[in-house]
Amino acid sequence: MTMTEDQVQQIVINIINEIAPDEDTTGLKPEVNLRDQMDLDSMDFLDIVMELRKQHGIEVPEEDYPELASLKSCSDYLTPKFNAE
Amino acid sequence: MPSSLDQQHYETVIIGAGMAGLAAGIRLALAGKNVIILERHNASGGLNSFYSQAGRKFDVGLHAMTNYVPKGTKGTPLTKLLRQLRIPYDALDLSPQNCSRIQFPECQLGFNNEFAFFEAEVARAFPKQIDGFLALAEEVRTLDAFNLGSMPSSARKALQRHISDPMLEDMIFCPVMYYGSAQEHDMDYGQFAIMFRSLFFEGFARPLDGVRVIVKLLQDKYRSLGGIRKMKCGIQKIHTSGDKATIIELDSGATITADKIISTAGAVETARLCTDQPFDAESNNIGQLSFTETITVLDKQPTEFGWDDTIIFFNTAERFRYARVEDDLVDPSSGVICFPNNYQYGEDRQLNEGFLRVTAMANHDKWCALNEDDYLAQKSHWYDELQKVTLGLLPMPKKNLNFDDHRLAKDMFTPRTVRKYTGHLNGAIYGAPNKIKDGRTHLENLYLAGTDQGFLGIVGAMLSGISMANMHVLQGD
Repeated sequence: MTMTEDQVQQIVINIINEIAPDEDTTGLKPEVNLRDQMDLDSMDFLDIVMELRKQHGIEVPEEDYPELASLKSCSDYLTPKFNAE
Repeated sequence: MPSSLDQQHYETVIIGAGMAGLAAGIRLALAGKNVIILERHNASGGLNSFYSQAGRKFDVGLHAMTNYVPKGTKGTPLTKLLRQLRIPYDALDLSPQNCSRIQFPECQLGFNNEFAFFEAEVARAFPKQIDGFLALAEEVRTLDAFNLGSMPSSARKALQRHISDPMLEDMIFCPVMYYGSAQEHDMDYGQFAIMFRSLFFEGFARPLDGVRVIVKLLQDKYRSLGGIRKMKCGIQKIHTSGDKATIIELDSGATITADKIISTAGAVETARLCTDQPFDAESNNIGQLSFTETITVLDKQPTEFGWDDTIIFFNTAERFRYARVEDDLVDPSSGVICFPNNYQYGEDRQLNEGFLRVTAMANHDKWCALNEDDYLAQKSHWYDELQKVTLGLLPMPKKNLNFDDHRLAKDMFTPRTVRKYTGHLNGAIYGAPNKIKDGRTHLENLYLAGTDQGFLGIVGAMLSGISMANMHVLQGD
């Protein structure tokens, strides 16, 4: 089953809801950096990477962390990885 | 059975089940790592722990949890740490302080969890210094504690750029040093900034049932994630080969192996466990500051005596001296008075008995040299001395209540006790004076966390465990 970019964005939103339950993830703008819309720091991004691995078996090497900056960049980067499984 | 560990291999071994070790363990367990925490004692918590005596529970360490912010405050250490540990804010059961004060000869400054109140107090007591104080506060608010750039590294020097009255300088240093400085006389300005923020911009709080609430929360979280913990499991040696730690030898003689080791035993203490280091390694970085604390249990609430403050940082000498005690067992000229009852626990919630804790600096070597009879006699003597000082500083008891008539129990810990339970050389509560901020050691797979990594207070200790686990084990994994 092929994942769409929207589905991958939803997966990332679900992870953020889990690791930062006090942040409001409704109405996030896909093109805008997540850090500009929510109070997330580098430790939180580490958790997003950790959950992608634990829940979906997706590996994000450290040099690729910048690819997770916005929802759009997340789906650009992660969708091929999900669909390669 | 410790022997069941023999020949086991773990991805990460954590030495010490204090706040830092437990927090690091939770992070690694969250990531699905095969992790074990080894603790020499039979209780978790390290220097923030608790014990029972005659059916009564006593706290060690925690007077107040610093870094308190109300629920929902963003971007602060407490919020970050709860998120990283996936622990809900309400689970800590924090109640904010009433009011605290810094009491010097003929001068007092009150403070609470609202910085504006402290500001007003400084303006009242030191009207000529208030502009400098505000400039200092602004600088401390914004500076990067881990990269001071062109600013002085001496906190005294940094402060003197803003504040010219030595009394105000000492009054600011007194609580900041007592709540976390391992250095004598002065502090690193970055460390000062971290402490200043945690005490004055953020604030004090406490769970009604004390530090055991926090320790239990961490333990339960770690266990629920499948983390393994072995108590009464001391470490004899860390065997090395080249630049790597290879085998961990336990007191029981069992040996285990690990890809990585995070030690919360202290910088010098950890080095001395390693087989490639001399027994007296790093002797220039041993902490020199140890403390004694008396605990008195009362059959009345402190407020019934007219004692409403939460914490009182006091100094009775002309200049405040934060340094090793040279020629006596205890230096009663400065210290900290704490009433654990005096937090805003809410309607109908209060500790059943009154508690008074008094902390002062003490000489480790002298306490440890005493034979058992002398030790007990000196404990009794210094308990009385510290109560005398305390009663001299507190307002006269209301209704002529006699303190001694209302005492149900007393206890006291000394540097000897601290040494026994924390394993810190010299019983140095705040560890080594030179902190190892990146947590690296002479071995490439052995890291430090906790007191000697340089985050301060219990929130700091937990953040230290988190950040060292993140940086050295999880990042780029």
